[in-house]
This record gives sequence, structure tokens and C-alpha cells, in this order.
Amino acid sequence: MLLLLAVPLATIFAFSFWTQDFLNIDHTFTLKNYQEAFSDPIYRAIMLRSVTIAGAVTVVTVVLAFPIAYFVSFHVRPERKAFWVFLITIPFWTSYLLRAFLWKVILGFNGVLNSGLLWLGLIDEPLTFILYNSNAVVITLAHAFAPFTILPIYVALEKIDRSLLEASQDLGEGTVRTFFRVTLPLAMPGVIAATLIVFIPTIGDYVTPRLVGGPDGLMIANMIQTQFLKLNNAPMGAALSVLAMTAVTLISLVFLFANRRFLK
Amino acid sequence: MSSIISLSGIHKYYGDYHALRGIDLEIKQGEFFSLLGPSGCGKTTLLRVIAGFEDVSEGVLLLDGANMARVPANKRPTNMVFQSYAIFPHLTVGQNVAFGLRKKGLSKADMAAAADEALTMVGLAGYGSRAAHALSGGQRQRVALARALVLKPKVLLLDEPLSALDKKMREQMQSELRRLQRQVGITFILVTHDQEEALIMSDRIAVMFEGEIAQMASPQELYRRPATRRVGEFIGVMNFLEAKQTGTTEKAVSFDVEGLGNAEISVDQLPEGARATADVVGLRPEALSILFEGQNPTGRVADATVQDLAYYGDMTYYEVTLEGSSTPVTISMKNLISRPVLERGTKTRVQWDERSLVIFAA
Amino acid sequence: MNWLRLYAIVYLVFLYLPVLLLPVFSFNDATVIAFPLNGFTTKWFVELAGIDALHGALKNSLFIGLSSATLSTLLGICAARASTRYRFPFKAPIMGTIMLPLVLPEIIVAVSLLVVLMQLGFSLTSWTVIMGHTLICTPFAIAILSSSFQGLDQSLEEAAVDLGETRWGAFSKIILPLVTPGIVASFLIAFTISMDEFIIAFFLTGADPTLPVYIWSQLRFPKRLPSVMALGTLLILASLVLLSIAEYFRRRGIRRTGAKDSGGFL
Repeated sequence: MLLLLAVPLATIFAFSFWTQDFLNIDHTFTLKNYQEAFSDPIYRAIMLRSVTIAGAVTVVTVVLAFPIAYFVSFHVRPERKAFWVFLITIPFWTSYLLRAFLWKVILGFNGVLNSGLLWLGLIDEPLTFILYNSNAVVITLAHAFAPFTILPIYVALEKIDRSLLEASQDLGEGTVRTFFRVTLPLAMPGVIAATLIVFIPTIGDYVTPRLVGGPDGLMIANMIQTQFLKLNNAPMGAALSVLAMTAVTLISLVFLFANRRFLK
Repeated sequence: MSSIISLSGIHKYYGDYHALRGIDLEIKQGEFFSLLGPSGCGKTTLLRVIAGFEDVSEGVLLLDGANMARVPANKRPTNMVFQSYAIFPHLTVGQNVAFGLRKKGLSKADMAAAADEALTMVGLAGYGSRAAHALSGGQRQRVALARALVLKPKVLLLDEPLSALDKKMREQMQSELRRLQRQVGITFILVTHDQEEALIMSDRIAVMFEGEIAQMASPQELYRRPATRRVGEFIGVMNFLEAKQTGTTEKAVSFDVEGLGNAEISVDQLPEGARATADVVGLRPEALSILFEGQNPTGRVADATVQDLAYYGDMTYYEVTLEGSSTPVTISMKNLISRPVLERGTKTRVQWDERSLVIFAA
Repeated sequence: MNWLRLYAIVYLVFLYLPVLLLPVFSFNDATVIAFPLNGFTTKWFVELAGIDALHGALKNSLFIGLSSATLSTLLGICAARASTRYRFPFKAPIMGTIMLPLVLPEIIVAVSLLVVLMQLGFSLTSWTVIMGHTLICTPFAIAILSSSFQGLDQSLEEAAVDLGETRWGAFSKIILPLVTPGIVASFLIAFTISMDEFIIAFFLTGADPTLPVYIWSQLRFPKRLPSVMALGTLLILASLVLLSIAEYFRRRGIRRTGAKDSGGFL
């Protein structure tokens, strides 16, 4: 099991320092791939876009999810909580591929949203800013990862001893101040977990950018795939993979560090 | 009677940690024996060594004369009542009790009869078909007992079996366990951190600190003649007063005791090795008593001032200082209709008896 | 409070909107997926029955899903028991590495496996996909099973041994029945992940595509879309059935051990 994972990762790492000429792999050590990845504007743009989109998705999902988690944890009667959690997780059990594709169908020029709005007479011509760009990618991914964000935040909120909130009010804080001084800090581990759970898979997502992203919404995973399967440039693909892993690791470490601070 | 359990030179190491430091112990057939000590003293480890859940690093364990080295737990003639009771939650009460009988090669009917009998013995007749997880704490305790006793072990091991129960239930189970032990005649070894529980239930008690047995004696002996200051402090309440040795004769040693004056202690009262080294004497709260107005002293008398008191209904615990001493001394007095409860600051007299002074071994 | 409830409802609509479109358009009598609706039909479902490639992909996916679920659950049982019961050297780094796929973008798992398989000269078959899926499912299996194993009172096993059972008897009579709900949950989740996984299958699959890879290939043809919608509807139904089975086992597990029902699945 260990080998199954460690060997491939080591190989990728090694590959990233080699070069490929058609089908022959040159095993001399070089940093050329990394230099190219950083100097070529296409790669730079794609990497930057991947991080920005993943960041935007993360912020949008977490911000949208928090009130839901809060609502279920604090305002739903205990015996109905399981039902709400169930309700939130059901859509997640549909094929991810299909859900991404459905957003394409919804947001498209002749799609469900446009045709629906036209049919209802709310717009005169189809909206174009919603498909084949970064917005579409953000919307689709935010939808796909919703349960993953709600659940950890919900669990963190559930763990909060309700008497702490009463204590805060007893000590003279109002509802809003109590939320910011007690509830939110205590829910932070959940928020951070949610952030990581969304950020890591989104930065490496392939399906959504491919389906709804259009040329301006492509991300690093698409480029890695192109390098490996289309351009036969495995070393370049490997270098991009290593860069993606590095980005994920760095950002995870930052958040884990932040988490440790909150847990203290 | 012969020893059912015999431990000699038992050592147990966990890496660098020395959990048991040379335990020697003989437990007689039919005895109710307690291992008493604060948490981390090694009492549970010792029990698990006897059960076979921990191997010893050094030393010999004989169970009914047989060496238990390399005998696994499931082959030992011991059974255990776990602190958490470890009732199998997916089985019924009856299945739990009959669990160990399967290996005995009994017929189904015999197994059921034995299980029923065991359940009746612990006062749970008719509970056999209940789901185990629907039981209360006290009932789980009884099932755990029945499950272990039904196998008729030579030794029953009890790991803090009462610590999870509330006070009332605990007191009830204490007397019931005692009754059960007399009824079945099996040797019980009880691990507890509760000194009162150990005193109430046991024939003999081993007090353990830091992996060693500090004293092994009957409850009375342990309470009246604690071997060390630490044992005295751990069991019940004990006052300590400074003492200076002033002279020795054939029959007695004299001490000058803080606040009490000269005291002659008979030689039989002294533990071995105490003669030259004692610099402190111990006094139980009931060894001193307050002389109320109109009462004539029957022993020696000292002056004292009431500093504080705690009223318990049937008893009052006074904290007094003796004349010429600043050490607080606790005195327990039964509350009688004819006795007032003294207020703070009251000057009074207390009486005491030389025979109740405790001298510790070095 | 009322604002929050309103928001929650809007959010649920957002969550369910795409999913609800599946059944709507799978019964719509038109090749274009757009409003207004064009009348009721079941022909898209009938069409599904006649596509051999789809049946092959489905069989292949089921085989891969069952194999990966079995393998990852078995590995999960070993790992969860080892990590909750025993101490061993380098425990933290070993467990960390096993759990790594949880935090690794799938594309990276996919390409690195691909590169190694190519280098070693293996050909791509269903087994290479099973390997990849086992790799990503095992962390989930471990996470689920660890919580099952951790919830067990350690003295239960000792009690069984104390009452005369062997180590293996104690494990099979006491531990296994008590963690069965966890095993079922782990199996179902691993199966679902494997059935749904696209990118690793896309990279590692040989001649026989899995269901998601097949669907992906169909998405390019607009006239296939209604039947894809019908297929999606069937898949939702299937996962709801699986989910209900999982929930049933979870409840039964809770009833058996008498623990309090502390929330939903996962």
C-alpha cells in the first residue's frame, strides 16, 4: 500500500527534472521544466488562474455554507437535525460528472436557465456571461463541494457547549457580539477543515473546467492531462504536477498552522 | 488454609517505566482481598498480571500452586469484572452470562440453567432475554458478576467495579458483593482507590504506592496501626503532631509531643524500627475528644481553642489548636442532644489517651 | 431566524436544482435540453436498454467498484485495527502516507500511477483502475472504520478472552459483529466513490471504459444527451437505494449497541 503510493509520487518527482523528446526520455537532471513553467505566460496564467479559482470557490462555498451549518446546528430541533443533514448530502450522491454537466446544460446559451427565463419573458436575449468562463467554474464547483463544507462546520458548531453562549450573554455580551467572540472562534477548526476539503480537490479539478470553463476557464489539471496524453511531454506534466502539489502543501500548511493557533 | 495466589518478586516494566517494583503477596483461599492505592500506583496492573492480560518482566506467579508463566488469559482459572463491565452490547443478558460456558462443553439446557442460576444469584432472575444495552449501570454490574461467577473461577478479579455507580447504589452493591462472596466462597481480589470501600469489604488489604506494597494488613490493623505516615494519611483522617524522644525503658518509650506534653508509649505499640527515629506521632480524630462542661476527664487533658468546625448532622468535625502549638488538629465528636455545638473561638479542654497514639516506622 | 430559514430553503433549491433537472428532462420528448418542455416520453429509457457499450461499461464499473470496495475495506480493517489497538514504530508517518490521497488532487494520483505503469511496462486494464481506486478509497475506509474501532471498549475483547475465548474467537465473536455497520458503510462508500470516480479511470482504463468514462464520451454528442439524462436518473435512484441500505445498517448498528442516534450518515 505504501509502495503503491510512494513509488508513483517519487517517479513523478524524478520525471519533473527530466526532458522528453518525442518518445525518448532524457534522464539528465535539469530545471528546464520549472523554468519554462514559470517563464511561459500560458503556464503562468493557468497556474495563477487555478489558484484564484480554487480560492474563489473556497471562499464562496465556505461563506455560503456557514449560515446553513449554523441554521441546522442552532435553529433546527435536535430530532430533525439528522433529516436536514441527510437532505443536504443527498445531491452529493449523484455522479459528480453528471452534476458538472448539468450546470453546463443549465448555464448554456440555449440552456435551461436562458430558455427558462426567455420562456417566462424575464429576459429578451440569452445571458452570455454565465457559461464558458471562470464564473461558471466557480458556480459549478461551489455547488459540487457544498456538503463537504457544511458538514465539518456543522460538526464544529455541534461540539460547542451551549452553556458557553449563555455564559457569554450572562457576562453582558449581546447575541451578535457573542457570535463573533464565542461561536465563530470555536467553530474555526471546522471552517478551516472545510476550507482545506474544498481547496485541495478544486485546485486539481479536471472535469468542471473542461465542461463549463471554456478556453478562459481551464485549470492546471487540464494542462497536466494535455501534457501527458496529448503532447507526450510527461516531464513537463510532471513538473506541473509537482508545482500543484507544492501549492496544495503550502496552503494546507498555512491553514493547519492557523488551526493550531485556534486550538490553543 | 493454603494460598490460592502466590506472587513473588513480581516486576513489570513499560519501557523505562517501572510499574511494579517487586511485589510479594500470598492470598488465601476464600479471602476477600483488596488492592488499595491512588491512581497510577500499579494496582490495576497487578490485577491484570494475575488475569493474564499483562506479562510480568520478572517474578513468579502461582495460581493454586500452578505456575502461570506463559498461560494465556483464556486458560487461567480467573475471571474478571471490568471497570466498564464490558457487557457485550450485541448480545442479550442471557447470552452474555452464557458466553464463557460454551467452552465447557455443556448441553444447551445445562447452559441455560447455569445462566439462570447465576442471574438469580445476582438478583436478576428473569432478565435473560433482555437486550444488554438497555440495562442500568447497577444491572450491568450484576450481569458482569454473573457472567464471571457462572464459570466458577478459583479467583474473581474486580477492577474498580463500583466506581461508575452513584453513592447509594455503590453502598448497596458493597454489601451485596460481600454477601455473594461469603455465599460462593470464591477468593475475590478487588482493586479500588476508595479507602472506605476497601475497609468495609475486605478481609485483608494491600496498600500500594508507586508500584510497591506499603502495608498489608486487616482493615482494623491498617486503620489503627498504619505502618507509615503516608498510609495513615491515605486511610481515613489522621492528625500529625511533632514529637521528640526523651527516654527509653524496658517497657516503654517516652516522647515529648507538641501540645500534649509527655507521653509514654508501650513497647508493644511500636512497630519495628520506630524506636530511635520517630519525630512525629499520629492521632485519629476520634482519639481526641472535647470535654464539655460538667464532664469529668477519664484520660489525659490538654487545653485547646476551636478554630473552625464542620457540622455533619450526626457528627461535628472540630478543627482546634492545642495550647502551645499552632498545628491544626481535627477532632470528631458525635452530636448528642445533651451536647452543644461549640462556636469558633471557644476555649475548651480535650482529653486523649496514650494508647491511641500512632508511632510510625522510619 | 426567519431569514436564516429562508436562506436555508433557497440554498437547498440551489443544491437540488441540477439534480431535479435530470428526471424532468429524461422524460421530456425533445433532443434539446431546454424549456419549454415538450411532452412526456419514456423513449430515452428504452433507448438505454439497446446500447451494448453502455452495458459493457456498467458491468466493468460494477466489477471495478466491487473489487476496489472489497480491497479497500479489507485494508481499512487492518489499518484501523492496527492504528487503534497497537503501537508500532513510525506509526504516525506510515498512517500519514496512507491517508495522503485524501489531500492529494486526484489528477496527481492518476498521472503518477500512469507514469509508473508505463515505465514498468504494464498494460492498462480494469485491474489498473482497481489499483488506483483502492488507493483513493482506502483512506475513507480507514476513517470510517477507525471511528467504529475507536468507539469500542477495549475491555470487551479482554472480557471475551477472560471468559475463555482465544484472541481470534474474541475478534470474530465480539469485535467483528460490533464493527459490521462500519464495514458495510465503508464498503458502500468505497463502492460509490469508485463508481463515480472519473479522472483516475480516465487515465488508467484500458480497452473497457468505466461508466463515468463512457458518459464522458457521450457528452460530446448532443443527440445522446437525453439518454444520458435518463441514465443519470437511473443512477440517482440506484444511489438512493444504496444510501437507504447504508442508513438502515447504521441505524441497526446503533440499535444493537444501544448508543444514541447522533446524527446522519457520514
